[in-house]
Amino acid sequence: MTQDPGGSIAKTPPEDHRPKVRRGDRIFFGSARGAGTFILVMLAAVTAFLLVEGLPALTADPNEVSLLDGESFWRWVGPLVFGTLWAAALALAFAFPVAIGIALFISHYAPRRIATPLGYLVDLLAAVPSVVYGLWGGVVLAPAIQPLYTWLAENLSFIPFFAGPASGTGRTILTAALVLGVMVLPIITAVSREIFLQTPVLYEEAALALGSTRWEMIRTVVLPVGRSGIISAAMLGLGRALGETLAVAMVLSATGVISVNLISSVNPSTIAANVALSFPEAYGLNVNLLIASGLILFAITLVVNSIARWIVNSRADFSGAN
Amino acid sequence: MTTLLPRGEKRRNPYAAGKLNSTVPSLMLVGGLVVSWAIFSLFSPTDEEYELNLIVVAVVGIVLFVLGLFSMSFRVEGRRRAVDRLATMLVTIAFFLALTPLISLIITVVTKGAVRFDGDFFTLSMRNVVGEGGGAAHAVAGTVVMTLAASLISVPIGLLTSIYIVEYGAGKRLTRWITFFVDVMTGIPSIVAGLFAYSLFEILLGPGTRVGISGSVALAVLMIPIVVRSSEEMLRLVPNELREAAYALGVPKWLTILKVVLPTSIAGITTGIMLAIARVMGETAPLLIAAGFSNDFNFNIFDGRMQSLPNFVYYSYIAQGSVPEAYLDRAWAGALTLILIVMVLNLGARLIARIFAPKISR
Repeated sequence: MTQDPGGSIAKTPPEDHRPKVRRGDRIFFGSARGAGTFILVMLAAVTAFLLVEGLPALTADPNEVSLLDGESFWRWVGPLVFGTLWAAALALAFAFPVAIGIALFISHYAPRRIATPLGYLVDLLAAVPSVVYGLWGGVVLAPAIQPLYTWLAENLSFIPFFAGPASGTGRTILTAALVLGVMVLPIITAVSREIFLQTPVLYEEAALALGSTRWEMIRTVVLPVGRSGIISAAMLGLGRALGETLAVAMVLSATGVISVNLISSVNPSTIAANVALSFPEAYGLNVNLLIASGLILFAITLVVNSIARWIVNSRADFSGAN
Repeated sequence: MTTLLPRGEKRRNPYAAGKLNSTVPSLMLVGGLVVSWAIFSLFSPTDEEYELNLIVVAVVGIVLFVLGLFSMSFRVEGRRRAVDRLATMLVTIAFFLALTPLISLIITVVTKGAVRFDGDFFTLSMRNVVGEGGGAAHAVAGTVVMTLAASLISVPIGLLTSIYIVEYGAGKRLTRWITFFVDVMTGIPSIVAGLFAYSLFEILLGPGTRVGISGSVALAVLMIPIVVRSSEEMLRLVPNELREAAYALGVPKWLTILKVVLPTSIAGITTGIMLAIARVMGETAPLLIAAGFSNDFNFNIFDGRMQSLPNFVYYSYIAQGSVPEAYLDRAWAGALTLILIVMVLNLGARLIARIFAPKISR
């Protein structure tokens, strides 16, 4: 934390003349504090408005809400929650090892001179808008990967994930998860790259001096020192994958079931994609229903992100790096 | 070492022994690819329809390369070096694996987007257009207007908040609350921001309201935390000596902030704001919910639905009309425009950061 010289001067005024509080100071301080308070108010408003608009769907008779089709709210939202978690978990499973690999490549393997441009290249992935990923996933990736699904269904159908029958369009939850994985890759990479670069050089040199190979140095020094940072990077990526809308809405052909089959044309949908697809035509209580599902998504991401922050903050306490 | 050896006697150098020649890995890579290609061309079915899938050949070739180099290194160099080589190979493969989608995406967007990247696309709207023709000028206009409004909302709030955090609030409870909830806001899914803006304007203006300002509010919710975080970082970089010098000269605190702290960090703050704009400009989901979509020009942010470029791409893809090709071409052209805008903003931001960076070091 930086010291606040102005504050400390104000706290210990000389006895005879106390510091003059100028009008400019008061206005400036007031507006700065007001803006900060406004953020808190706004977040409270987000929660409050979502609650106000979402609650009618929870209390309404299921038969009055056409999207519910006579079922209870929780039966309706269950498959969506499952699909959200399932797609995000798959995306993380694909992205995490690759992201750690890239971060290690940039921080410890690539020649110093090209490491920074390579970092920019990965950051470029983060700059691409999600709708472009969705378009690419639906038009390019899905048809390109479909033969693989056919092959999996023919040869590995004894594994429940590949039970088939293979989707003819390739627009399955696996494709959506792959696109999501590409989208969260730069986030995990950026955070863990920073963590790896912060590894104390003395530790690394000590490991190398003891005769370890580069990989042994990474395994015994870089990864343990950065462990909590890596975990929080993964959680941040997970939070992003949970809330991502368009890539899933444009790639997945969803039917709203609970299924672990990755390659068939019957796929679970996600909360965000379902809202995006149904909202434009929704009316009456359906709107409230979709807002209520958005509230649940909000709660899920809140929990995931809070855990990530908590890990980051607890790390700051016992980090002996500096 | 070798100079000490008796003439004519060939002894193994203990330091160089058991080490693979540096040309071996590249030879193995070529070898793996050739073997894979040979296997697939020899054992492929002979019927005419079968085509050699180059991606499969490359994947199998690289797997062969990894296994081959690992086992060879295991025999010659021992387990530890073999594992080290394996890790190097996997890490490098991970990097190039990640570049594949980026390259594929850029190539596709540029080649497919160029088809409709013409004058019509940037001058016409989609009014009364069924099938071919038409353009995205209305969407570009909507995106610019809504992003501008979102920036007008979020930049003052974000900047003032970061000033409060850094200059006034050190150690105060409100600061801790703000920092925590800004973190929370960073994690709000974009579609939830859209639902919030929709709920807000539904309560204010009645059910089913979809106006441009609603989209701007949704974007501002996403933009504020980014602005706060980046400005905060930049304000913290301003050396304390500058503030102390100003106080020593009797400059009031607010003037110190306005005339000393902000000018020193303005380059970094501008960069952060531009990156935030680039980030929200590509958001589709909140605008889909809050601003709706339209086929016509609409410059009035307070009245009527407003089209945006990301939504233009989305609807062209999701609702392909009578001539699907024309809709897809427009979607790709829109995607190309969007990527170009975002890239220009990104590069411009980095350029500003580099050119106007304060020269702190003497």
